[in-house]
Amino acid sequence: MIAFLIRRLLATIVLLIVVSAITFGIFFLLPRLAGQTTYGLATQYVGRNPTPATIHQIEQQLGLNAPVIEQYGRFLRAIVFGEHYRSGPVVAYCPPPCFGYSFKSELPVWPQMVSDMPVTASLAIGAAALWLIGGVAVGILSALRRGSIWDRLSMGVALAGVSLPPFFTGLIALELFSYKWSIFPNVQYVGITQNPLLWAKNLVLPWTVLAFLYAALYARLTRSGMLETMTEDYIRTARAKGLPERTVIIRHALRAVLTPIITIFGMDLGLLLGGAILIEYTFSLHGLGLFTIEAINNQDLPEILGVTMLAAFFIVFANLIVDILYSVADPRVRT
Amino acid sequence: MTAPIEMTPDVAPEAVLAGISGAAIEGRSLGQIAWLRLRRDKAAIAGGVFVVFLLLVAIIGPHLVQSPDVYHANLINPTFSMPYGHLGGISAAHPFGVEPVTGRDLLARVVVGAQYSLLIGLLATLLAVVIGVFMGLVAGYFGGWVDSAIARLMDVFLAFPLLVFAIALVGVMPSTAFGLSGNGLRVVLLIFIIGFFAWPYMGRIVRGQTISLREREFVDAARSLGARGPYILAKELLPNLVGPILVYTTLLIPTNILFEAALDYLGVGLIPPTPSWGQMLSNAVSQGFFQIDPMYMIIPGVAIFLTVIAFNLFGDGLRDALDPKSR
Repeated sequence: MIAFLIRRLLATIVLLIVVSAITFGIFFLLPRLAGQTTYGLATQYVGRNPTPATIHQIEQQLGLNAPVIEQYGRFLRAIVFGEHYRSGPVVAYCPPPCFGYSFKSELPVWPQMVSDMPVTASLAIGAAALWLIGGVAVGILSALRRGSIWDRLSMGVALAGVSLPPFFTGLIALELFSYKWSIFPNVQYVGITQNPLLWAKNLVLPWTVLAFLYAALYARLTRSGMLETMTEDYIRTARAKGLPERTVIIRHALRAVLTPIITIFGMDLGLLLGGAILIEYTFSLHGLGLFTIEAINNQDLPEILGVTMLAAFFIVFANLIVDILYSVADPRVRT
Repeated sequence: MTAPIEMTPDVAPEAVLAGISGAAIEGRSLGQIAWLRLRRDKAAIAGGVFVVFLLLVAIIGPHLVQSPDVYHANLINPTFSMPYGHLGGISAAHPFGVEPVTGRDLLARVVVGAQYSLLIGLLATLLAVVIGVFMGLVAGYFGGWVDSAIARLMDVFLAFPLLVFAIALVGVMPSTAFGLSGNGLRVVLLIFIIGFFAWPYMGRIVRGQTISLREREFVDAARSLGARGPYILAKELLPNLVGPILVYTTLLIPTNILFEAALDYLGVGLIPPTPSWGQMLSNAVSQGFFQIDPMYMIIPGVAIFLTVIAFNLFGDGLRDALDPKSR
């Protein structure tokens, strides 16, 4: 088990380096391939109304003329050791983990992301709990009563769920529940430590909209997985032994059905923790997703790069956790 | 569906037997069986018919509707900037109503939006399928370090926060590049970004199928006759993969259409005044239209929904028809 953990951890570090290298490479190479000059790039780093001298200074300081490898090295070093940036007359220190320094807002990127994380985390984790329980339960019931009215109805709703863009369902929810009937007026984020009740009440709409999309997906996956598993030989064996149907389903079938679901769940949750962009934008919740959009609208490259990296890291870590859980559930994967 | 043997009272049993042993009955190919199954699946057929209808709308529709860019200030109530009349100004001249503030015809904007949505969705899918099938075939057939390298690459791609990445990329691109500018550049960019990130799913499926086919007798036979890798890949393996490729292509199209709509919604898709469904929904939220004129949000939303569900229905039906176990 220890050897497995060490191996997975090393693989994760390698994956992190590869992912960050690709991210970095694409952000630095692609604009150049498309004909962007380093001067043009430096313009995207500086604040409003810069003088050409400032732009040149930034260009020099960030080493935008240096080879990509060297720039990537600097970026990694800044994450571990921090970095000093000269922003106009003052020198700003960006303490580790330094995911870049925004010359436009004159703030390091990391603290800004940290302050937005609770919003995204509340949104993602709450919705995840809803969709995992809801989606899997509906999927199992549908598979067990295959062809019944319940099955057809829930699968019809699930098909609609995966076909509806979340920003459309979000708008309809806002229109009906927030504006027309005022059941959830003023959807905005309130810290869970400030007022847990208001925190939950304000998140009900975003949670539901987000969970509906994923629950539909999970219900479909669970149902097809369950139908396939129930035809397996070992299920027949379990029944032949005279086990009650309940035990066959819960102890034997469900275990096989849930393993792939948990894998996808880890990926989905990891992805959302890096920013539930569409939902945050629709409900104006200032989490990492809205942070990303604002960074893009301001053409603030350090912020864009920082938040993309962070989002990628979340997914990689989510994968690691899933792998470890997997190895607890099924010792065969440890080899 | 016709019964395999026509039993009519005036035919002697001998004739029926002769029919069985003779050449009168042809075996059905897998494709024929799948088609028969698909034909019985009403939902799938409905989806397919609607897809054909959408393609027609996208191809000839823009020539039939009025200009999507003409302002109709006379249809807008200047005090509230909202269309006169009920349901967002629906009338005989403007069956879907008009846009708030500008008074542009919504039917025209939805139809031209369909053209862009399908164009980008289909071409991005094509790109993803070409890359995915190639990578999957190569990884699955050659195995060894090639397989590990490609499989790892797919893992890395799947570990990318797609949406963040796509919007960030569109954001950092200059306004003129590759000899293109403005909307033309955006369309190409969207196709490449969406297609480039969607291939690993197809790659995984093709790789898995190739690995299971690789060890089959007909591949050994081809190899013993002297066939080389490229020939085996193209002539022996690929034809056997048509089923799953077709199914996942059909199911990838709606995903890509949704993805493109999301990019439009976030303001990094097509550039206005080019109409797009996602952008209409974005206007509805950012300018608060959805509270006063809900039709302006419902029409493009329903358009996205119907398009996506049609492809999904058809894809689901196709999968059930080709692989009855997944039913």
